[in-house]
Amino acid sequence: MNSFDTIIIGGGHAGVEAACASARMGARTALVSFRRDMIGAMSCNPAIGGLGKGHLVREVDAFDGILARAADAAAIHYRMLNGSKGAAVQGPRVQADRKLFKAAVHALVDAQANLTVIEGEAQSLIIDDGAVAGLTLGGGAELRSKAVVLATGTFLNGKMFCGEAQTGGGRVGEDAAVTLGQQLRGLGLPLGRLKTGTPPRLDGRTINWAGLEVQPSDDGDWTFSDLSVSRETPQLWCAITRTNARTHQVIRENLDRSPLFAGGIEGQGPRYCPSIEDKIHRFGDRDGHQIFLEPEGLDDPLVYPNGISTSLPVDVQEAFLRTIPGLERVEIAQPGYAVEYDHIDPRALLATLEIRALPGVFCAGQINGTTGYEEASAQGLVAGLNAAAKALGKPAIILDRASSYIGVMIDDLVLQGITEPYRMLTARAEYRLRLRADNAATRLTPLAMEIGCVGPERENWFVSRETQRNAVLDALQKAVSAREVVEKGGDVRDDGVKQSVFNWLRFDGVSVDTLHALAPEARDCPPALLSEIIEDARYAPYIARQEAEVRAMRANEGIRIPAALHFAGIGGLSNEMIERLNAARPATLGAAERIRGITPAALAAILVHAKRSAA
Amino acid sequence: MTNTIFALSSGLPPAGIAVVRVSGPSAGLALSKLAGKLPPPRRATYCRFSDGAGAPLDDGLALWFPGPGTATGEDLAELHLHGARAVVAAVLGVLSEMDGLSPAQAGEFTRRAFENGRIDLAEAEGLADLLAAETEGQRQSALALAEGGLGRKVEAWQRDLLRQSALVEAALDFSDEGDVGESGHRAAFGPLIADIAAHLANPPAERLRDGVRIVLAGPPNSGKSSLFNDMVGRHAAIVTDIAGTTRDRIEAPVVMDGVPLLLIDTAGLRAEGADQVEAIGIARTGEAMAEADIILWLGAANECPEGALLIAPKADLGTSAPGLAVSTLTGAGMAELRVQIVALAKALLPKPGALALNARHRAILAEVLDELRAADAAHDPIITAEHLRTARTRLDALTGRAGVEDMLDALFGAFCVGK
Repeated sequence: MNSFDTIIIGGGHAGVEAACASARMGARTALVSFRRDMIGAMSCNPAIGGLGKGHLVREVDAFDGILARAADAAAIHYRMLNGSKGAAVQGPRVQADRKLFKAAVHALVDAQANLTVIEGEAQSLIIDDGAVAGLTLGGGAELRSKAVVLATGTFLNGKMFCGEAQTGGGRVGEDAAVTLGQQLRGLGLPLGRLKTGTPPRLDGRTINWAGLEVQPSDDGDWTFSDLSVSRETPQLWCAITRTNARTHQVIRENLDRSPLFAGGIEGQGPRYCPSIEDKIHRFGDRDGHQIFLEPEGLDDPLVYPNGISTSLPVDVQEAFLRTIPGLERVEIAQPGYAVEYDHIDPRALLATLEIRALPGVFCAGQINGTTGYEEASAQGLVAGLNAAAKALGKPAIILDRASSYIGVMIDDLVLQGITEPYRMLTARAEYRLRLRADNAATRLTPLAMEIGCVGPERENWFVSRETQRNAVLDALQKAVSAREVVEKGGDVRDDGVKQSVFNWLRFDGVSVDTLHALAPEARDCPPALLSEIIEDARYAPYIARQEAEVRAMRANEGIRIPAALHFAGIGGLSNEMIERLNAARPATLGAAERIRGITPAALAAILVHAKRSAA
Repeated sequence: MTNTIFALSSGLPPAGIAVVRVSGPSAGLALSKLAGKLPPPRRATYCRFSDGAGAPLDDGLALWFPGPGTATGEDLAELHLHGARAVVAAVLGVLSEMDGLSPAQAGEFTRRAFENGRIDLAEAEGLADLLAAETEGQRQSALALAEGGLGRKVEAWQRDLLRQSALVEAALDFSDEGDVGESGHRAAFGPLIADIAAHLANPPAERLRDGVRIVLAGPPNSGKSSLFNDMVGRHAAIVTDIAGTTRDRIEAPVVMDGVPLLLIDTAGLRAEGADQVEAIGIARTGEAMAEADIILWLGAANECPEGALLIAPKADLGTSAPGLAVSTLTGAGMAELRVQIVALAKALLPKPGALALNARHRAILAEVLDELRAADAAHDPIITAEHLRTARTRLDALTGRAGVEDMLDALFGAFCVGK
């Protein structure tokens, strides 16, 4: 049994999600990983979600993906970031017990039909006539397939730095996929180099917790997955401490021993997640930086100090840690390190995440220059769905910027490329008011059902939810006067206006209690669905305005740019523009318009040439 | 393959000099055929132009600009001819018979310059105004636009807007970071709002381009048309002693003291005795007065519209009505009237060299201003951010980013051939 529809290389978040998505589509799928027991490992922060990232988790869930369910199964701390602001920018985030998370992933993978796990090293791609035909394993065995997903994370020519020490490998104790990396380089794909880092892991039994500020889990009962009924595991608290002048002094005195400053690391690191030595170097005026001490598990003494990723030598790590309140006698269980790795310039990819120049090969996760479990998982979903669609002869599945954060991320990647590890932010989504974490299922599950990647459990849930929604929306169409609203406890001006309950929800002075009194049918509505409807009502005028923008955007997507268009032959384009256009090869005028640095004059010239060569 | 275009770039003949421009890959070939040689680049060269059979057409100057560093971004040739109708027609005829050459469409030279990245949209509009400029004030204002003055201002606004947006977005995307905090930093829109509002309050560019609208109004037979003809300097309006002679409005552009004016003569206002045609004319007078920048009122003082300049015409008849006494017969008061009109008009025009915004700029900036005020007023940071985002895309539209094709059609449709 060496023949599959799709082969997924890599058992991290991208690979697992790609494998499950491909299998849900009905494709016979192989998941190849160095070590079966490392599938579903969380190599960095044991947290899932956050601002912008929580949207991605919910969107993957809307396609019946596994990340949200595994996160719920392992969540030992729930927190809704931006909880006081509107739902559009709220960021659900959980901390996960590493062991429970990995166990949940294994259970979901094992339960998935059409999915075979194969342990081994992915040595090289088999390429016939310029398209992929399978994979050769370390021992020489060949697996045949019509599509391959590369979800190799930091394993491509990975190099780890801990002070002056350097070792090959993508994660502590594991090998780097050097041969596959060499093959990819040989194929002439545009590659770049990035770096990321992780903090030391601490032995929680050596931390003095007394006197540290404590952050408990949220009171609410929200979960990540629509299919999770309730919070299942006991909830732990985190603690907060800070660096101080003494910490900074220790780090400053040893900056020359950090490979970041000594020149050992050439790859670009993320600006939004700098190492502690970077923070102190660049923001020298700050008197301290916050550190969240996050438990790694229920029965695990390890603690993840969020905010101090570092590649300083171990003795310096220990010295600066012990200047921090609560950590005076802390023991390091595993030192922090930086890892530098190859990535493919994502502008070499189509919006399906397929490599333009190598049909059948899809890429997902850190190999595309992104960072984060959520970003990886979301790309895994898209790559897995499209690899399966390709193998099964089905149409490609493309999510645009108006549909989802996933669509925003992929559009950004394939058009703009990256200069630092790409992380999702709500600010990247221009249609942010429509694309909320709380309405991911409403936005995407119908599409997921249409393409056939949703199981019966979610489909039933969704259909019954839509029935409830329609019943509530009908009830909210009832017109009521300002007087009635005031009588039911609403704080609005009694100016004789009569409008639908839905419209009244726009006013701050109309509470859920008032809503229940005005439209008793809403009492039976599940709270999550009701708050989604209220949020829709609150931002209705803005959402309507964005609809018009979306229509204009989709109209420009209708103007195709011929694949053969010779950008360098268009007069007036600067060398920089030509380089960007050639790297991203935008398929439509709308895509070309979004490429950074493409001026209106350039766009007009492209339009004229596109029309001329089409005529 | 781009074709080569040609057109008469100067005003309609007859004129002292006529300039014919040829732009495109065959421009050099066309010039060497006409002039018998290709002159050295960028140097005015005296040439004898002749047709394909060698018959002379004209003696004149030829200029040769090899692309891409030219106004259109293409090879460009200019022929400076004697501005006689026959000469121009003959040269254009010879050009049209050459292979690969075709007459330019309206605005096509500017369109090519724009498409080849030689100018941005605001500059293209400025150039159109510059080429149409007849007065020194028009020229200076158009020059400010063509040199990218508007682009620089928009860039500065854009930078400020991005700074404010960054503050708001930081509070939305990084509220969990110690350095930002839940409350975030309050953005300050006041100075930006004030600056844009000040630019919007400047007199519009159209007044410079089209002239300050001066409407002559009053009862029938009050001498409006005589005054109009006197100021225009020719008999543009028919003048008789019969009340209601002027039945429709008549417009004439004039320049007084370097100030562009659009003089508008109107049908006299009377309630009774007007036939159907005259009644329509009277209705149009009302419209003209509503659009007027300055009204010259040649009627009874108690009926004088607010803000109008009261004129006492036919001073030669010895009347002593209130208002500025003028006589087109004797010329009495006419100099004083011109001084007053110029003073009033100057106040309505953009300052020389100041950024004068046209209707498209003003509409967009008004939207930007609305968005900024809404952003400032909103309590929900998501709504503030949404208004700021819209403001940014509107500013992009000012340099031509949104709705590209429609906007280009409208823009280039407004261009005259060869400009």
